[in-house]
Parts: sequence; C-alpha cells; structure tokens
Amino acid sequence: MSTEIQQINTDELIEKYGHDDHFHELEHEEHDKYQSNFISHYIFSMDHKMISKQFLITGMFWAIIGGAMSLIFRMQLGFPEESLAWLQPILGKWIVVNEAGIGTLSPDFYYALVTMHGTILVFFVLTAGLSGTFSNLLIPLQVGARDMASPFMNMLSYWFFFLAGVVMFFSLFVSTGPFMGGWVAYPPLSALEQASSGSGVGMTLWLVSLALFVVSILLGGINYISTVINMRTKGLNMWRLPLTIWAFLITAVIGLLSFPVLFSGFLLLIFDRSFGTSFYLSEIFIGGEALDHVGGSPILYQHLFWFLGHPEVYIIVLPAFGIVSEVLSVHSRKPIFGYKAMVFSILAIAFLSFLVWAHHMFMAGINPFIAMIFVIFTLIIAVPSAVKVFNWIATLYGGNIRFNSASLFGIGFVSMFISGGLTGIFLGNSAIDIQMHDTYFVVAHFHIVMGVAAFFGMYAGIYHWFPKMYSRFMNETLGKIHFWVTLVGAYVIFWPMHYLGIAGVPRRYYSFDNFDTFNEFATMNQVITVAALIVFAAQLIFVVNFFYSIWKGREMKVQNPWGATTLEWTTPIKNIHGNWPGKIPTVHRWCYDYSKDEDSDTDYVPQVVPLAEGEKTDGAH
Amino acid sequence: MVILLSVLILALLVIVIVQIGKVTELAAAIRGEEDAQRESDYWNSRLGVAFMVLFLAATIISAIYYKNWMLGFGPHEAASEHGISVDSMFAITLFFTGIVFVITHIALFWFAYKYRYNPNRKAIFNAHDNRLEIIWTIVPAIVMAVLVIYGLDAWNKVMSDVGPDEDFIELEATGMQFSWLLRYPGEDGELGARDYRKIDGTNPLGQVWEETANLDDFHPSDIVLPVDNKVRVRITARDVLHNFYLPHFRVKMDAVPGMPTYFVFTPTKTTEQYREELKKYPEYRVPEDPDDPDGPEKWETFDYELACAELCGNGHFSMKKTVRIVTEEEYQEWLKEQKSYYLSNIRNSENDPFAGELLSFEVETGINTFTTTYELLSSMDDEALKDLPADDLTESILLDRFFLPEKDELGEVSLGALDQVVEYLNEMPQLRVRLEPESDNQELNYNRMLSVENYLSSRGIKKERIVRPDVEEVDAEI
Repeated sequence: MSTEIQQINTDELIEKYGHDDHFHELEHEEHDKYQSNFISHYIFSMDHKMISKQFLITGMFWAIIGGAMSLIFRMQLGFPEESLAWLQPILGKWIVVNEAGIGTLSPDFYYALVTMHGTILVFFVLTAGLSGTFSNLLIPLQVGARDMASPFMNMLSYWFFFLAGVVMFFSLFVSTGPFMGGWVAYPPLSALEQASSGSGVGMTLWLVSLALFVVSILLGGINYISTVINMRTKGLNMWRLPLTIWAFLITAVIGLLSFPVLFSGFLLLIFDRSFGTSFYLSEIFIGGEALDHVGGSPILYQHLFWFLGHPEVYIIVLPAFGIVSEVLSVHSRKPIFGYKAMVFSILAIAFLSFLVWAHHMFMAGINPFIAMIFVIFTLIIAVPSAVKVFNWIATLYGGNIRFNSASLFGIGFVSMFISGGLTGIFLGNSAIDIQMHDTYFVVAHFHIVMGVAAFFGMYAGIYHWFPKMYSRFMNETLGKIHFWVTLVGAYVIFWPMHYLGIAGVPRRYYSFDNFDTFNEFATMNQVITVAALIVFAAQLIFVVNFFYSIWKGREMKVQNPWGATTLEWTTPIKNIHGNWPGKIPTVHRWCYDYSKDEDSDTDYVPQVVPLAEGEKTDGAH
Repeated sequence: MVILLSVLILALLVIVIVQIGKVTELAAAIRGEEDAQRESDYWNSRLGVAFMVLFLAATIISAIYYKNWMLGFGPHEAASEHGISVDSMFAITLFFTGIVFVITHIALFWFAYKYRYNPNRKAIFNAHDNRLEIIWTIVPAIVMAVLVIYGLDAWNKVMSDVGPDEDFIELEATGMQFSWLLRYPGEDGELGARDYRKIDGTNPLGQVWEETANLDDFHPSDIVLPVDNKVRVRITARDVLHNFYLPHFRVKMDAVPGMPTYFVFTPTKTTEQYREELKKYPEYRVPEDPDDPDGPEKWETFDYELACAELCGNGHFSMKKTVRIVTEEEYQEWLKEQKSYYLSNIRNSENDPFAGELLSFEVETGINTFTTTYELLSSMDDEALKDLPADDLTESILLDRFFLPEKDELGEVSLGALDQVVEYLNEMPQLRVRLEPESDNQELNYNRMLSVENYLSSRGIKKERIVRPDVEEVDAEI
C-alpha cells in the first residue's frame, strides 16, 4: 500500500531551506528534561503527540463505557419482556428481580443510562476524544512547530479532562445513582433533589465533573488558537493551512466563546441547588411542599445551555470536517475542491452556530416571533453545509482513489453527513418541529449527523494518522470489516428511528406500553437493538486492531506512506521530541498540490518543495 | 459464572480478531502490497456501489412500507385544522430533501467507483470552479428560502393566539410528576386564579377559593372537546418541566412551572370519525389483543392520547390521558354531567372560605326553572297566554335553596334571587309562583315558606299569586 508511493527526500529540503531555531542545542546541555523518565514521558507528558494519545485512549475508554450503556437501555427498549437478571452482578439493585427470577431494568437506572450515554459521548468522546486527539497531534505537526504554544497548559488540559472523567466515573457508583435527568440537565428536574433520585449527589458530581471539563476545554482551546496564529512556520500563511488546521482553529474559537456561557449557566444552577437562589425556579410544589422560589425561569437555563449546546455540535463535527477533507484529498490524489469555499463555509457555519441555539427550544414556551428568527438562521446553515458536501463529492470526481480504511470512513462520513444533515432541514423548520420535537426523529437526526458522522471522521483520522502516532499501520482487512459493518449497521440502527419519530413516538420513554399510539413498533425496536449489538461488537474489532497494531502492527518503513504533502510526513518515522531533528521546515506552497504536473513521476508535491520557476501554487495551475 | 463466561468469550473474540489480522497481513505480504491494494480498490469500490443501490432501495421501500405511519399519509392525517399545514410542510421538505439525498448518494458512490485507483492514470487537477460553486451555493439558498417562507407562514398561523372577540373553549392542563391535571372553566367561562402555595391534598391546583371564578371550575379525568371548535389550552406545570403532547393533533408545548404557556388548535375529526378512517386500513382490522381473536378490533379501541414529551423523572413514560373529540350535542351532554370541583370536594369543608354562607349560584339553582319558564312564556303573545290553563302559568321555586341548613331567615344573597322573581312576576301579571319545600322537617318548611311569602308580599306581590303547596296540613298541625 505504501511501496508504490514515490518518496521525496524532504529531509534535504528542510536542511537546505529550513529555519534553524537551535532547538536541539539546548537539549544537549541539559538532556531532554521533558521526556527523561517514565512519568514525564508517559504520564505528565508535555509532548503534544503523547497528550494526543492520552486523549485518544481516554476517549476510547469512555466510548466503550458510553456505548455499552446504550446496549443496556436498547435491551430494555427492544426486549422489555426478556429477563435482565444476568446483569445483576454488574448493576446490582438497578436490576429488579421478581419472584419468578425475571430481572427488569429499573426506570431510574434506565434514565441514568440514557443521561450518562449522552453526557459521555457528547463531551468525553466526541469533544475531548476527537478534538483533543487530533488538535494535539496535528496542529504543531502541520503548522511546523516544535510543540504547542504552552506545553504545560496542554498537559493541564488533559489532566483536567482526566479529573472530570474520574468524578463522572465516581458518580456512576453513588447509591442514589448518577444524574438521570437527560444530558441537557434542564432545571427544575436537575435543580431539585426531590424531583429524581439522581438529582442529589449524582447531579452534584455531574456539575463538578463538567466544570472541570470546561476548564480542560479552555486550556486546550487557548493553546490551539495561539499555536495556529503565532507558531506557523515560515511561508505558511493562513491560506496555505490544511483544512484540518482551519477546522481545529475554528473549533477552538467556538469552544472558547461558548463553553464559558455553559459554565455560567452551571454556576447559576449550583446557586439554585445549594444557596437558595431562584434563577431557574418559580412556583414549585414538589414532595408535598411549596418551595420558596419565585420569579425564576427554567427557560433561562435552556438559553444558556443551548448557547453552548448548539455550537457544541459544531465543536464535535468541525474537526471531522477537517479530517475528512484532508483524508479524501490525500487518498483521491486531488486537491480538495474549492479550498477557499471550504474555509469560508467553516467560518460561516461557526458564525451562524451562535445564532441558532433557540431552535432547540421552539416548543419550550419562547415567543413565537423569536422562533422565526432562529428558523431563518437555522436553515441558512444548510447552505454552507451543502457547499461542503458538494465540494467533497467534487473532490472525488476525477480522482485516483485508493480505497483503504481511512478513505472508506471518509466516504462513509459524507454519506452520514448528507443523511443526517437533510433531516435537520425538517427539524429546523419550526412548523414541522411542532410534531418532531423530542421524538425519535430528533434522535435519528443527531445520532447520524453528529454521532455516527463524527465517529466516522474520527476513524478516518485514526486509520490515516495511526502510522504517524505509532510508526506502525493498523490492519487493513480488519479496518474494512470494521467500516462495512459499522456503515450498514449504523444505518440499520438509526434509519428506522425516523419512522418512529414521524409516527410521533417520543424519545426518552422507558416503555411504550401505556400508549396505543406508540406501542406499534415492537419488531422495529428489536431490529434496532440487535443491530446496535452487532455494531458495538464491530467497534471491539477496531479496539483490538488498535491495541494490537500499537505493538505488532506492520511497521512503517518510509517517512510518507500516503504520499501526502503536509508537514507531519516530513518528520522522522519514529517520533521525537521537537518533531524535526534539525531545522524546522519552511513552506513554499499550499498543501493540496496533488497530481499537479502530469509529466512528473510523483503525483504530489510536499509543501517543503520550493516552487519551480514560473510555477504557481495555492490552487492556481 | 456469567462473568467468567463473558470474559472467556471476549478473550476468544480477541484471539480470532488478532488471527484474522495476522493472516491477512501475511497474505498481503506474500502477494505483494501493490496487488493487495489493487484488489482492495476493486472490491471496495464495487461494494460502495452495491451499498448505494441497496441503501437507496431500502430507504424507498421502507418509506413506502411505513407510509401509513407518516404525517399526512394513510390514516394519519392531522386531526386538527393547523395540523394540515404541518403535514404539508413535512411533505414539501421531504420532496426537496429526497431529491438531494438520492442525487448526492449516487454521485458520492459512483464517483468513488469510477475514479478508483488506476496506476496508468493521474487524477485531474481541478482545485476549484467558481461557476459550479456559485451554482451549488445559490440553488440550496433558493430552496431554503422557499422552505423558510412556507414554514414561517405556517408557523405564524399555528402559533397565533385567540383574538379578543373570538369564541373558543378554554381548558387548562397542569403537568405534575407523573400525571396531568385537567381543568375546565365551568359556566362562567373563566378559569379561576391559582396560588401554588395553596396546593394540598384536597386542592391539587392551588385554586384560590375566595375567588368566585374558581367555584364552578371542574376537573375531568379525560379531555373531552367538541369537534370544529377552537380550543385554547393553557399549559402549566406544578413541579418540573413537562410537555403537553397530542400527537394526532400536531400539538406540543412545554409546561413550565411559574410560566403558563398556551396552544390553540381546532379538532376536525371526532374520535368516531377517526376510527372510521382507520377501519379502511387492513392493519387496523385485526384484534386489539392477539390472544383474543374475537375481541374488539384495533380501530374500534382507538383513542386520541395525551402524552408527556419532556423528560420529567422516572415516570415520564406513563403520563397518559385519553382525549375524546365528540359532536357539539354530546359535548353539551357531557358538560351537564360535570360537577364543579369546589362543590363536590371543598364546599363546607374546613377549607371553604364560604362555609356558613349561601353563594349566589347555589341560591340561583332555586329559581332556575322559574327563570326558564318565564323566558318561555314571555316569548308567547298575550292571546296564547290567555288560553293556557292556570297550572301552566304556575312555576315552582325551591324553598330550601334560600336558607342555610336549619335556618329560616333570608340572607342578602337570597333576597337578591327573590328580587329577580319579583321582577318576573311584575313583568308578567298572569304568572304565579309556587313555593316548593324539599326538607322533611315540616315545621322548618312552614317557617321558611312564611319568610319567603312575607318578603314577596312586602315587595307588593298579591297573596293569590303565591301558591302554597300542602300548606293546609301544616297549618292544621300548628
């Protein structure tokens, strides 16, 4: 797969044209103080490549937990009659076993699982696991920097994330259960201990965990932004950045602007919970008593939450945009189609993402006039999104496409993004949302567009950059099995949910028995559950492949196995601290000079290759 | 044991996966990586096309299979006026997105297949094409504009509140963990004020009983509404967020504690009509209970349902109420059966601020038939009245309604009602009033009769126009 790629000796070019920052001279004097022992190398590492691996493996740990949780509640939905007594050794009292030995999942824990599945997947896996991994890995490598602007803050960013995870993990074992009021944690349900058993200690831990998580995101985000803005190497102007870097940069900017708002929302919630304020509470009678709170509004929380919450979905999916753009371009041996349009659409999406939050609240009791403004901006977002889809497809057109796990997941991402994006047009239109809001249609929509699609982006990135991370390849056959099972399986899981939603079936129902209207789809729910089990098993193939390949995978023998133009493939096969052994590279061209010269032996020109006389670059031919 | 088994199975799985990995790696090495990559390109590009064809076919076939469940298709047309516009917005959006979905998927997988790797060819270098990009920016923009315009037009119509002079039925739904509390305004057409601090076991909504608008409000167990009447639902919550969701009517609105919301809709199909619609579809002509083939069929047991659509705690999935849409006559019939919550649960209990007092509407029940008869007679002309027998010109008032239990003095409220009777008698000289006692206590009856008679006389009504029932016996006894 790699032998055919004609290698270009970039080391010489870097030595000749690169910039000498005397980085390694310091090293000789005081050794490598950053990586001198086990702890500083593997645990409290300040090397962006190691931190990236830490984010990735922590993310995988959470993905397995979050995914396994979904299997348990899918069992309840698909096979409510089947006994779950065999889960009692793990779940204990949350499985209620009757005299006949039939074990049932308790509704409390069902809602805890749903809530934790959402929280974990959205924040720990798709935000930290995706953006944390690839921003860390690729930003310094692709902008030609030795490391992040502040390696120390970068290390803190991971450890705050780790701490957030520890707190969340503890909350799973609290005797009253983890928080069980949905990942959006709307008050008063989340504010009042009396409202649900998870709203006590469970919710306190949830808030502490996410507060730590916000700190992690901010530390990481500041670093990503300053690195991209300030530490680009000579010649690498903004219009020569790979789309990955554009995506990570804008993701970090969005995160920096929106997560503090979430944090303030949480702060007010903490005040309401613990100090008797009434920001979100008014006129409540619960647990046999009338509370003193008056004058607050639960809708205020929803505004604060979704002011983060909507940008959050772009925080999740933008890195996938960037990764897929890069992967598709490299493996189809073509420049990404419409580079500038791609950048502008990322910027437009990022800008608009701050003006659409209330489309989650059309039916929450907001003024219908306000809703109109949000309908307009929401549907406008479809335009830059459509441009991106067309550009990805146009990138494939006329290409010379190599099919491997990375490019397959890239193509799969585009399919998922189309399917999930189009259903957003239904939901963004408030008139249709009257019926669709909080039904399975919404579940199908966001799982496909920001769940599965973002996962596909992540997988494309992992298969593509695994050799850069571990100097070995992942197994291709297993990768392809992983891809095809996941592609088909994910559609089997989520496509039928559209029909459930159109039929009016509400989400977050423990059982449909009470309603004739919703109780018509037993077979469909069984199919979905079986498919979920299979897809989860397929992810285990990936996990095994991943860890096996770290130590036993096929070795990477050349520097640039994919024949990519970007700077990360000019570094040594075995990663070193500081990324380049000598000078740092100087960039002479944009990163999409693929198949540019029909007469050349190679079909790519790395960014470090100087322009030939009369040669144009940056998209010009 | 279970855990041990699971661990073993997992370990086996890992070994299998690792072995597959090793074998394929070896095979590729033997055959040469180049060849392996060519073969991978060959198969995966074809698999992509096969996937695309099967996927598109599956989406279309499944959509047709579930057609009868979709908004606006099959029997599931909206049962409300505004619901039609929701359904048609859905259909319009489905049309546009359907086209894009099919075209982009064909292009995506077909290009991937067509331009799979060929060592003898180089990819074309087309970095951008301004004309193409302008087209595929503008076309989606136009489509979105169309959808926005249609959508907002529908939205504005759906969400507009009732006008000031409009006739509508008001209804209040209050969500609590885990049920809905319903309230209708009663005869005065007005929902009385509430104070959440007054909520207790006997006053689930915290109604302020001092306020008379509350006294006739009633709390039915299900929603009953007449067809083709505008309904305004006042939606609120007692504890946490809930959502008032009527799937068949395309009605959905959050119930927010401390901030009442509303939804206005007009049901257009009675429950019976909807059942008749369902009957046309074979999937509804099967027994409701599969174990009881002779039992009622699905369409016969159909009912509109009210559900909660905002997570509200561990009983969220069980907040059901039945909704019955009936004809106007059935509705009026039903209304008559409803009894004010105040009268049936609060009146003269310790929570009743009016305990020991008569309330005007209670007193009015004593003269209701009298008023009706007067209204009937006054619509006839004098000639017709002349021909009527004396009996038909006499109507009763119910004596006991004017007095507190065991009392025979007339209070202010009762005098007001009797003044009304005097007014009628003055208006129509032919009319006579009969005093109808209801108590078993003859002495009390007699004293009450005297009180009323004296009052009427004092207002200038002649004795012969006041008919005493069975008075002679009472007289004799005394």
